[in-house]
Formats: sequence, structure tokens, C-alpha cells
Amino acid sequence: MDAQAFWNVLKARGLTFFAGVPDSTFTAAYNVMVKDPEIRYIPAVREDVALGIASAAYFAGRLGGVMMQNSGIGNIVNPLTSFSLMYKIPVLLIVGWRGYGGPPNDAPEHWIMGVKSPEIFDLLDVPHEILEADGLESTLDRLLAVMHQRSVPGALLVRAGVIE
Amino acid sequence: MIDRYKAIERILQHVKADDLVLSTTGMPSREVFMADDRPGNFYMIGSMGLLSSFGLGIALLTPQQRVFVLEGDGSALMSLGTLPLIASEGPANLVHIILDNEAYESTGGQPSISSHVDLADIARSCGYGHVVRVDDIEGLEDALLGVGSHASPQLIMVKAGIAPVEGIPRVSHSPTGIRDRFKSCFRGGN
Repeated sequence: MDAQAFWNVLKARGLTFFAGVPDSTFTAAYNVMVKDPEIRYIPAVREDVALGIASAAYFAGRLGGVMMQNSGIGNIVNPLTSFSLMYKIPVLLIVGWRGYGGPPNDAPEHWIMGVKSPEIFDLLDVPHEILEADGLESTLDRLLAVMHQRSVPGALLVRAGVIE
Repeated sequence: MIDRYKAIERILQHVKADDLVLSTTGMPSREVFMADDRPGNFYMIGSMGLLSSFGLGIALLTPQQRVFVLEGDGSALMSLGTLPLIASEGPANLVHIILDNEAYESTGGQPSISSHVDLADIARSCGYGHVVRVDDIEGLEDALLGVGSHASPQLIMVKAGIAPVEGIPRVSHSPTGIRDRFKSCFRGGN
């Protein structure tokens, strides 16, 4: 999927306030984003900090987004449980899925989280979807509908090479 | 040293109807709740360390409102990286107040490391445009009178004593109740 097309779909749904920690999965998307004056991106120092910033969008009647690598899922477990899920404040987590499929894919530091990422979201009852090269609109709309209905965060898992 | 509850009372006396007040987990939120429960207060009852980043997002999205972020030394130390981030983003409407009692008082008064490090110095070196350290109620009053006259985020570090106040209730509002009334006070759009 073309990086510009990815952002066009997100912007069409009002997603223009983001914070995050970079991941190589999003290099192309990042390069498009920083040139787009309609998108506000705050370069957070940690994934939990990004979640805290992006969640503020809810109070402006908007949906905020977090861009992060799946290695940072551990850093957001506490804010997800004792902030987002407790206050029922939705935020879209766009998660680079490093180590997809486990060894020998990607680097050793991604092997365990590569397997466990969707399981952790399941355990926390955070809805999630996997982005494929086609069908972003239907995948995202399905996820956003569940997030809106339950008023909770949701995660879009993105594998390497899906956004180019 | 200032008694923390007296410091919170004094800070809240300077809060205007349109201001937003965010308070950290544990005793500070319970004390703000007891001193002046108002819809524009957001009590962060969980997620220690998250308040400053949430406050940054709020301040960026409603630049016409003053946003008071009240946290302790333990909370500030937990999310120290947020200090340079706030300074870097630079919302002038953000008033960061650290109630530094050099302890984790909410969990029994265990010592923190802030007796060895000066959080005001750290904030200054992170790029906060205006930083004051206050040790008494008169100093706090002066610092609060200066709120709003600066072009960048400001930080007030209040050296507070450990003097537990008896009978501080827990915040009685539900989490979604806190959320909804705070949202009704939020004026920012884009």
C-alpha cells in the first residue's frame, strides 16, 4: 500500500493528531506524514507518553493515534488498564509488528513479542486487526466501529512491507 | 517546607473558572478533590507517571485555557523524559507544579531520590522558560501570581513536608464521570 494512500484513509476519518515512537515499519508513512501540514505529530519519548498525549484528542471530540513498535506494548500495559480502559478513552494504536511469525523472522529481540503481540491485546480485551496490503478502509472501519461501540482503544497491527 | 494540603489549597485559590486542573494518582488527587471538587478537575486515579504527558496533550489542544498539572516528585521522576518533551513542544498555557516531599507518601512515606536531585534544575536544563523553586507559602503565592505571564511552559517546584492529613476521602466520582464532566469544560477544538 502506498504511504500517501494510507494517510488519505486515516485523514478521511478525522485521524490527524498523533504521537509516537518511530519504527522502521513506518519509515515510508513517517516521511509522508511529516510533510503533511494537516497532521500534528508529537515525537514522544516513550510509548506510554505517546498514549497519554494522543488520548487528549478524545476531549476535543476527536480520535488520537499512537504510532509505535510492538516492543513498546509492554510500556503501555499500565496506561491501557488503569487509564484508557478504566476511563473508557479510545485511541488508535498503529503498531509495527516486528518479529511476525517468530524465529527466524526479523531479529532475535523481536521473536518473543512477535508471537505474543496479538495475545497481549486479547488478554487485555483490546480489539485489534491486522492490516493487509489491500482493504485498509474496511479493516479500519471494522476496528473503529468496535472501538466506538465499546469506547476503548484499538490496535492496528502492521507487518513490514505492507506500507511502502 | 510547605504542608502539601495547604499548598494545594493555595494553588486552587488561584485557579479560575475556565482553568483545567489535572492531578496525579494517590493523595494529591484526593486532596484536590477534598479542597475544591470542580468539573474542570481531572483526577488521574491510576497510571502513575502518565499525568504530565496527558497534560501536554490537553494543553496543546486547548491553547486558550490554562492547564495546571499537579504531580509529585515520584510521578515526575517516573516520567522524567516528559520534561524535555513539554519544553520542546512549548505550550505557554501549561503550568507544571511538582509537589516535592522527597517521598512516596501515598504508599507509606518511603523516600524518593529527590532529596539528591533538584527537579527545578532539571526542568531548567530541559528548557522550561520559567522555573521557580518555593519553600514557603509566600514564595508559592508570588509564583502563582506570575502564572500566565510567560511565553513558554512554566514549572513551580514546591518543597512540601510530609504531614498526612487525616480523613482525606477517595475520589467518589466514577472514572467515566470524571471523564465526562472534564470533557464538558474542555473548550479546544483543533
